[in-house]
Amino acid sequence: MFDNLDQAPGKLGYIDARGKPVRELPDEIDVAWLQASYRHMVRIRQLDKKAVALQRTGQMHTYPSCLGQEAIGTGIGLAMQDDDVLVPYYRDQATQTIRGVTMQQILQVWGGDERGNLFTGVAAKDFPNSVPIGTQMSHAAGIATAMKSRGIKQAVVANCGDGATSRGDVYEALNLVGVWQLPMVAVINNNQWAISVPRSLQTGTRTLAEKALAVGIEGLQVDGNDVVAVYQAVSQALARARSGKGGTLIEAVSYRLSDHTTADDATRYRDASEVSQAWEYDPVKRLQIFLHELGHWTPTQEQTLLAEVKQQVDAAVTAYLGEVPQAADDFMAYVFAEMTPTLLAQRDQLLAKLERDSVAQGGGSDDSR
Amino acid sequence: MTAGNSAQGSDTHEVTLVEAVNLALRRALTDDPEVVILGEDVGTNGGVFRATLGLREQFGYKRVIDTPLAEALIAGISVGMASQGMRPVAEIQFMGFINSAVEQMLCHAGRLRNRTRGRLSCPMVLRAPFGGGIHAPEHHSESTEAMFAHMPGLRVVIPSSPTRAYGLLLSAIRDPDPVVFLEPKRIYRLVRQQVVDDGQGLPLDTCFTLRQGKDLTMVSWGAMIHETLLAAKELARQGVEAEVIDVATISPLDMVTILRSVEKTGRCVVIQEAPRSFGVGSEISARIGEEALLYLRSPVQRVTGYDTPMPYPKNENLYMPSTADIIEAARATLENA
Ligand SMILES: Cc1ncc(C[n+]2csc(CCOP(=O)(O)OP(=O)(O)O)c2C)c(N)n1
Ligand SMILES: [Mg+2]
Repeated sequence: MFDNLDQAPGKLGYIDARGKPVRELPDEIDVAWLQASYRHMVRIRQLDKKAVALQRTGQMHTYPSCLGQEAIGTGIGLAMQDDDVLVPYYRDQATQTIRGVTMQQILQVWGGDERGNLFTGVAAKDFPNSVPIGTQMSHAAGIATAMKSRGIKQAVVANCGDGATSRGDVYEALNLVGVWQLPMVAVINNNQWAISVPRSLQTGTRTLAEKALAVGIEGLQVDGNDVVAVYQAVSQALARARSGKGGTLIEAVSYRLSDHTTADDATRYRDASEVSQAWEYDPVKRLQIFLHELGHWTPTQEQTLLAEVKQQVDAAVTAYLGEVPQAADDFMAYVFAEMTPTLLAQRDQLLAKLERDSVAQGGGSDDSR
Repeated sequence: MTAGNSAQGSDTHEVTLVEAVNLALRRALTDDPEVVILGEDVGTNGGVFRATLGLREQFGYKRVIDTPLAEALIAGISVGMASQGMRPVAEIQFMGFINSAVEQMLCHAGRLRNRTRGRLSCPMVLRAPFGGGIHAPEHHSESTEAMFAHMPGLRVVIPSSPTRAYGLLLSAIRDPDPVVFLEPKRIYRLVRQQVVDDGQGLPLDTCFTLRQGKDLTMVSWGAMIHETLLAAKELARQGVEAEVIDVATISPLDMVTILRSVEKTGRCVVIQEAPRSFGVGSEISARIGEEALLYLRSPVQRVTGYDTPMPYPKNENLYMPSTADIIEAARATLENA
């Protein structure tokens, strides 16, 4: 493992890997907050596990697990205000669901259905997760530019991985945040791997946070397995951004406990011992221990939570599996605001072709496909 | 496959298309010390499709290089390395992520020879898996070969079988100019073929006629060759003999082979997975119109994808051209007697 997961000077942390408080919690963090965070992290972990299981049984396409990243997503989600805008990447299930994206929609997207991006409510102006690495960071800078020029006192949160920081467009976006003093908070989920490429092969800098120096914005490192630390760093950065004091780059140091996606086999390129070592820093377990030792989490509460979460996840899965399919021509209907003559003609061809194929199938004739 | 071509030290392998790519890369690394492989996850992981499997172990870190995650960089350093006489073979993980490398390919790779009046050249290869049909996530299924074909100074080469993957990739690596080498990932593991690892390249800028026929000409490339051959087989059962041409090098285009066939058959169907408008099929159809109109007994038909983004995987099959579509188009050319 290249970046140490321990808390250390210069890396913000409140609850350490063993669930021990290392400093006084911020004022706004009370027991209810901690319990709510814990509940969300457990819920997301269950959803994640279920999504992987669905993929393994052929009911889901390639899925990027967020195992081990729950504290980052949860901390960000809880720090954001409703009118802030989220520009996520594909490991932000925990953030998105706090902003009202449903678990069913998360499953829908990775099950290969565009309707999973039909966010409503708080998330109505959020972006769908970005697949081309790093490209979303300039969208976020653009959203921040729009907020600034319209005098809206809100901010954008944009997330990406450690590997993404090697892309020119990530630097370009951060540079703009510095030069235009944009209300943007960039959170790098440094899970130490970009598929098989370790963080040590991405950059010569000691930390990713110090890249902030190059663009003239605030930068800090936080323990990405400590939900309080992530929350606190993002909250403060958002407050600064909303009050016109400019952007921040937050490096949340964590570890990708899962394969890169369900299409990946991480045993090919990293040692099992590294992964089991990283499990010692599990963001969910430490919060459970912390709450338990405070006297605010009992085995009964745990049982109740697990039952409740199972029911929620199962309901999302049932809804996902029972979806009415999209209309066959939906993939043509949203290319432009209005369908063009060319597309209208192509739609006719598509519908005729489907008719032909269903006749061929219904008639039992051998379909040569 | 040309049998009996067993030069000293050559072995015959029963391989898939992606394994043939691996074999060609291994051969190129062995034969030419200037060849280097670079890209994301190509080293330890052997590439996400395993095209570079085992190469790091055999040739070491200096020749099989995991780069930072930056496609513009991968193309750009390849231009630089090639300009100094190296032979970089760079991998872009999926064609959907090639776009930030386009500037380097368009503004530099394809022009370096021309703007230095031959003083510098750019013998690089940019490989990328492309095309749909494997239920991959958004941006993992595009077929944007026409974009590169439209750029002067670049070769665009697409194999459609293990033997052609091996021979064309070797020729691409040895070519004195930049080649965009696009690998149809839907057929990466579809069939196995005997490939003799004898270092023999196959000609670039040349179509391959895969099947002789007098009644109509079917022109395609990449993964759609598979459906095209199935359609030809079915048509043969119905008494229609289709000639099947694998374009293989999209640009520069070998029109001679295509025209000669169309002059013979008078009928042509062009099959591409890419969106319908402004594609390679449009170019082929236009050239036939310009150069063989009087031989045509029926308008050239195109079987293509639609002018839409590739749907997310659940509906991907709605987008993909099928064998039945090809047969229908072939029938349409025949009806126009
Ligand atoms: C522009 C681009 N290049 C390559 C890929 C293929 N790819 C998907 S995820 C990934 C690694 C990303 O690593 P990182 O930024 O660290 O994020 P993580 O997945 O580890 O959370 C790569 C190379 C892509 N999606 N987009
Ligand atoms: Mg990473």
